[in-house]
Amino acid sequence: MDMPLPNAGVIARKDRIVARLRAALPGDAVISAPEALRVYECDALSAYRCPPLAAVLPRTTEEVSAVLRTCWEEGVPVVPRGSGTSLTGGAMPTADAVILGLARMSRVLETDVENRFIRVEAGRTNLSVSGAVEELGFFYAPDPSSQLACAIGGNIAMNSGGAHCLKYGVTTNNLLGVRLVQMDGTVVTLGGPWGEPSGLDLLGVVCGSEGQLGVVTEAWLRILPKPEGARPALVGFTSNEVAGACVADIIRAGILPVAIEFMDRPCIRATEAFAKAGYPDCEALLIIEVEGAEAEIDEQLARIRAIAMAHDPVEFREAANAAEAGRIWLGRKSAFGAMGQLGDYMCLDGTIPVSALSFVLKRIGEMSRDFGLDVGNVFHAGDGNMHPLILYNANKPGDLERCEAFGAEILKLCVEVGGCLTGEHGVGIEKRDLMSVQFTPADLEAQMRVKDVFDPKWLLNPAKVFPLGSSAERRAE
Amino acid sequence: MRPSTEAELAEAVAGASGPLLVRGGGTRMLGLALGEVLETGGLSGVSLYEPAALTLVVGAGTPLAEVEALLAGERQRLAFEPPDLRGLLGRDGVSTLGGVVAANASGSRRVQAGACRDALIGVRFVDGTGQVVKNGGRVMKNVTGYDLVKLMAGSRGVLCVMTEVSFKLQALPEAEATLIVEGLGDEDGLSALRQALGSPFDISGAARYSGRSLIRVEGMAGSVSYRARRLRDLVGGEVAVVEGVASAALWREVRDVTPFAGRAGDVWRIATLPTVAAEVVAQVEGEAIWDWGGGLIWLLCEPGRGPDLAAVLAGRGHATFVRGEGGPIFPPEAPEVVALVAGLKAQFDPRGILNRGMMG
Ligand SMILES: Cc1cc2nc3c(=O)[nH]c(=O)nc-3n(C[C@H](O)[C@H](O)[C@H](O)COP(=O)(O)OP(=O)(O)OC[C@H]3O[C@@H](n4cnc5c(N)ncnc54)[C@H](O)[C@@H]3O)c2cc1C
Repeated sequence: MDMPLPNAGVIARKDRIVARLRAALPGDAVISAPEALRVYECDALSAYRCPPLAAVLPRTTEEVSAVLRTCWEEGVPVVPRGSGTSLTGGAMPTADAVILGLARMSRVLETDVENRFIRVEAGRTNLSVSGAVEELGFFYAPDPSSQLACAIGGNIAMNSGGAHCLKYGVTTNNLLGVRLVQMDGTVVTLGGPWGEPSGLDLLGVVCGSEGQLGVVTEAWLRILPKPEGARPALVGFTSNEVAGACVADIIRAGILPVAIEFMDRPCIRATEAFAKAGYPDCEALLIIEVEGAEAEIDEQLARIRAIAMAHDPVEFREAANAAEAGRIWLGRKSAFGAMGQLGDYMCLDGTIPVSALSFVLKRIGEMSRDFGLDVGNVFHAGDGNMHPLILYNANKPGDLERCEAFGAEILKLCVEVGGCLTGEHGVGIEKRDLMSVQFTPADLEAQMRVKDVFDPKWLLNPAKVFPLGSSAERRAE
Repeated sequence: MRPSTEAELAEAVAGASGPLLVRGGGTRMLGLALGEVLETGGLSGVSLYEPAALTLVVGAGTPLAEVEALLAGERQRLAFEPPDLRGLLGRDGVSTLGGVVAANASGSRRVQAGACRDALIGVRFVDGTGQVVKNGGRVMKNVTGYDLVKLMAGSRGVLCVMTEVSFKLQALPEAEATLIVEGLGDEDGLSALRQALGSPFDISGAARYSGRSLIRVEGMAGSVSYRARRLRDLVGGEVAVVEGVASAALWREVRDVTPFAGRAGDVWRIATLPTVAAEVVAQVEGEAIWDWGGGLIWLLCEPGRGPDLAAVLAGRGHATFVRGEGGPIFPPEAPEVVALVAGLKAQFDPRGILNRGMMG
């Protein structure tokens, strides 16, 4: 992975920069010792690492502003960091960059059930947002599988999704407003608890901008009343094609489950060996979850069953109680871990039109043979967001490169059939150089112009999202 | 000018020597901008409709009515139920999808299914220099690059001229029912809406006007009657339930602000917190229609005697002066936001020719 050469001038001025940061923040908020900086050298895309120049852990918006102002004056790049669970290198530093970690900003600032919102600091973990309103009968809908660890600020930067976003939408659909600190230290409020923009929807473009437009310090989030109940069903099929057709039929019938998850045979096998969830040994399976009162759940599942039966399933299993529901989800939830037992893997995240599902799965199977690398598929089928997991051996010379080449081919295929490179994990450094597969130079230019407005010096997370060649001139300024 | 292809439109913008007034059907124009009229009506037609993927891609000039009829034929719809404001604004003409998007026009179902911007999954547009750009696409989950789709939704033609728009659709529900709660004052009537929205019964509309509070549920028939029953117990008071077309007719009135159509007076549109919605209206002289559980207020008041809504709201929302002498007026923004908006305009329309005078 190419990264730009670090700015030698900045590295040479490390002592001065650290001293200025120490002057601006309480003593324990600045980290500069090389051993202590190791923690920040990568995110969950751990194949790529680089220790930063320094790291800061501010406690307030004012401190964030002071850090950014200082770095702006010194011409130092800044990489915002939530919990470091990005799968695309979004939070990976460069040697001349300061990591701005939000971990110490995790308070709930306001809970307002009557107006159905919560205001939190950006370092708060996703799950603990729901946790803060659970006793009141509410929840925060976007639920990435990493929700125990990942932070709201990271979710906003990546516009993260989750298993239940088929019904509830992704982060951008549940975000009402933010406090954002711009690179020059300016603090701006975008949106607010009423949710309706007062002019241009700047919040809409900040969400999903991968930490390149500003640092989010606080967010207003929509909270929803918990449904009376939920129940999953598991359906096994004799082929990927049939499972794909069943998904299309359910959607066409006007039923909106909260989740439709898909696993193929390699994934089912790995999961069974690892988690022993009791899945049927079949080519493909769907986990379909519906919500509501008992009778509503019965009615929806009866219809889903009727649709599934027309596709001759190997098995149709409805959870009869909470324990069975837990077992149905157990395999899905441990799928990544299970694949990890088989070796190193790379997780892709392209989205395709649901109608192209079986074609794309077939092509991935063929490519897997051509590249000589195994693939398991586990993904959000209702919205076409695929997660092919390519297995490789990090210790075998050339394997990572082969895996990356294979991954790139899959993502190109996603774009070819009308989809996109990434549905929820973001571009980061990982897909940066594939952007020109999906976008024309003019498309990319339009996006980079937005960055020019928010961060004219291109100091915030500069080497991400855009192909290095496209952004070179701007970064050099 | 009425280009009939994206390329023609791009050429027209690139070659423009003065300001352009971008017009879809002219049904939502707030009448602020000046310049030569650039109509999008020539960019009409469906380029992709996949019912099984809930996906629709259309030219920005495609008439809304045409799209709604097409979708209804497949028992689908645009979830955000775009308002038809022709009556309120005293306009005629044909509303287009591009115009709907440019205004982020969203009806009562916003509380459940989101706004227009939430259903919008892709755009193609021409910027102020004549450059063609695409963003987003036709799939429901897409975080590839910056989300210019959201930026363009509601941009009222000040950053670009949209040429094609893509939507995520929703299936038509099998049934709908509306609870009509009577006999409550505004304070209690609005509180009933909040109670309903805080319940697990998946409310798809919560509005109040003419002394009645309306609560809508949609879905499978059994589920709708179950939830209507539970809600009746929850909110108490005098409750009548209407279903099907009778229910739909009520929500068309709310959506289109029909009670204020054809009546004299100034009209304000206020976004605020549901809990202060009664208080805000009590402080001004006028008649209100509340939607979004109180989060949206349409206010009709005597001409020329505009209430000082900024003072009444005191930071708890914002108000747009929609209809009346000297209007329309968009809510003032903080200086830091003004700077960002000016920066974006300078980037996307460096000559400042698109809908000059609109939005700051
Ligand atoms: C096991 C596993 C499962 C996962 N499952 C899912 C899933 O189901 N769905 C999904 O969408 N993702 C998933 N992810 C990816 C990841 O968890 C998300 O991208 C998450 O939102 C990242 O949050 P974070 O706090 O860890 O951010 P980080 O990794 O720290 O940073 C991510 C990006 O956000 C920026 N950033 C962080 N905080 C801020 C801030 N306050 N202001 C501005 N920018 C900021 C960073 O600069 C970086 O570009 C998964 C990851 C793992 C490891």
